[in-house]
Amino acid sequence: MENSKSIAGEEQIIQDLLPRKFKNSGKILVYILSAFCLVGIYAYYRQLRYGLIVTHMRDYVSWGIYISNFVFFVAISLVGSLITAVFRLAGVKWGSPLTRIAEMIAVAAIIFASIIIIVDMGSPERFYNLFIYGRIQSPIIWDVIVITTYFFISILLLYYPMLPDLQILLRFKEESGPRLHKFYSYLGSFWKGSHKQYLLSKKAINALCIAIIPVAFTIHTVTSWLFATTYRPGWDSTNFGAYFIAGAFLVGAGAVVVAMYIFRKWYGLEKYITLEHFDKMGRVLVLLCLLYLYFNVNEFLTPFFKMKESEAGYLNDMFSGSFAPVFWFAIFTGIILPIIILLFKTGRKPLPMFIVGIMVVVGAWFKRYLIVTPTLLHPFLPMHDVPASYHHYFPSWEEWAITMGSLAGAILIIVALCRVFPIIPIQETINEHHETAK
Amino acid sequence: MELKDSSRRDFLVAGLAVAALATGCTSNSPFEAAAGEDVKPSGKKVKLLSVDGEEIELDEAFLKPVPHLPTISNAEARVGIPGKKFVMVIDLSRCKNLKKCQSACNHAHDLNPGENWIKVDPMQSAEHTAPYWEPTTCMHCDEPPCVKVCPVDATFKRQDGIVLIDSDRCIGCRFCMAACPYSTRVFNWGAPEIPADVAAQPYSAETSIPQKKGTVGKCDFCADMTRMGMLPHCVSACPNGTFFYGDLNEDSVTNGAETFRFSDMMRDKGGYRLMEDLGTKPSVYYLPPVSRNFPYESGLENDKLQNK
Repeated sequence: MENSKSIAGEEQIIQDLLPRKFKNSGKILVYILSAFCLVGIYAYYRQLRYGLIVTHMRDYVSWGIYISNFVFFVAISLVGSLITAVFRLAGVKWGSPLTRIAEMIAVAAIIFASIIIIVDMGSPERFYNLFIYGRIQSPIIWDVIVITTYFFISILLLYYPMLPDLQILLRFKEESGPRLHKFYSYLGSFWKGSHKQYLLSKKAINALCIAIIPVAFTIHTVTSWLFATTYRPGWDSTNFGAYFIAGAFLVGAGAVVVAMYIFRKWYGLEKYITLEHFDKMGRVLVLLCLLYLYFNVNEFLTPFFKMKESEAGYLNDMFSGSFAPVFWFAIFTGIILPIIILLFKTGRKPLPMFIVGIMVVVGAWFKRYLIVTPTLLHPFLPMHDVPASYHHYFPSWEEWAITMGSLAGAILIIVALCRVFPIIPIQETINEHHETAK
Repeated sequence: MELKDSSRRDFLVAGLAVAALATGCTSNSPFEAAAGEDVKPSGKKVKLLSVDGEEIELDEAFLKPVPHLPTISNAEARVGIPGKKFVMVIDLSRCKNLKKCQSACNHAHDLNPGENWIKVDPMQSAEHTAPYWEPTTCMHCDEPPCVKVCPVDATFKRQDGIVLIDSDRCIGCRFCMAACPYSTRVFNWGAPEIPADVAAQPYSAETSIPQKKGTVGKCDFCADMTRMGMLPHCVSACPNGTFFYGDLNEDSVTNGAETFRFSDMMRDKGGYRLMEDLGTKPSVYYLPPVSRNFPYESGLENDKLQNK
């Protein structure tokens, strides 16, 4: 009796969580995202043809929103390691339905981080020079090494825990159709679910979970060092690595909250992504907000207190000058308001959480913009003997199009992954179901 | 060069002559005329000085213009000139922002219009101190932050102290631009507007010609001139003798008209370097703007053209 009930529950879980064909709304979303990507590709074609002159970056602002966007993507990708690895190793059970969402976001983001850094290159056709002439003392080479490593670990952390699910998916040949079925069997037909395989996979996942944490810390620390290894006011900071990582966990967790809400609504997963999940993620998010606020205070208060001549221009520009609206928007929308909202229990309900998630992600994007541009507009020597356009920076339409295209592309990867794979681990959910039934 | 002795001499003679006579003309093969295949004598004779020092007469038709070929390979350009340590001294008391250095530099390196490797900045240290003009070049630091961060060794430090760029290798990541505290580096955001024949030349790190789309450029201390024992273009272009150039090992610097012992100059006039606190150890030294030759204001008019 007990057994048959649990089997019925099992079938129900599988039915609930199998990937489904897109309805019209899904198709429209794919079309819209693809349209953004196509515009971005066209803009990049123009950039390849005419050079970076199509951007509004110039000799002083030599890094613009491409680099901001790169930092944003690297930051957001860190969430994979947070939810999958940190939670798993810390024995946080409630996080397991969120692991796949987090890993999908991580993979999509790290792919686009790599793409966008190539987009920023003036001579991308010489990319191979990094491998022929690469010199280990350059932080860019460190970034190339760790991002590649992180990419592979993230892919594996998406793949290994999915093997039992692939075995389940293979049972539903009719639902998935011949092509997807072939794809599933290519990926996972070797998985028989034997005890030996299970142990091996568990060991591998554990090893990856341990490995990914230092690598995740490294990718974002090294990314922060692209700035912190220079002399420039605003970048010359020993706080940068920790400041970047705190911000990265925050934006990643924000992205997961947004994705949780959307998937839950879209697929009717209320049974699996529960109010409790939102409440707990809300607590995580408020903790991360506080942590990031702490690092921001560290980053800005001490130089503000001293107002060194070399830093005064940059700081005044941020606090009360031309960047002040963006700066205070990013601080309030991305950190302070979320803290206030999330401290209340009603603030941790799905809809307010969704809004907070969006605020955090949008605030974080602008924060990355502020990390890159204002510093470059305050060099040590005066900006002189250059055309007037060199004194300002506002991205050109090509830069916006490529940036929007890359964001759309990352979402498109997530959408494609959730079309093909179950967004909530089926086997794990079943196992937990069994445990609670006992 | 596998040329027979006689033709080799002709070639050298012709090359020397034309380098002097027909500047601006270019051709890809300097060997054609020397080989003498289809050349008909024109009857017009030119007197030339051979490498052996004898005066010879040659038909004009046998002269063929040779381009200013980079005779130095990339590998040699990366090593630099042994036993030298090049330094520059900029005497701020002599500068009135004529920007002749800048235009000579731009012309000599065929820079994209609007791009300047030499900038002449109006400086004022504090509210009640006097403003002055400060020309800046690449500092050719002994601890170059740009070289440290370059991921592909496209910018490099030579044994003679010069920092150069290999534009055939630069990937355009612009990390060096972010790293340089002197903001000396410029980027070729689009294809540089330079004559097609210049753009078609093979790149030489010592001349920094031709500048290429999607790569970084900067002052090269005119490494090609230096190799020939000549002064950088900015030095010879300045009518006020603001720039001095020389070899630290010889302890001598010159602006073409006057030559000084470098150490004396530093001692007597209080030489210093920019942003010493950063530890970049520049090769460009400055003399403070004391007992000036010109008032600061005399340079203002000239500044309006580029800085509206």
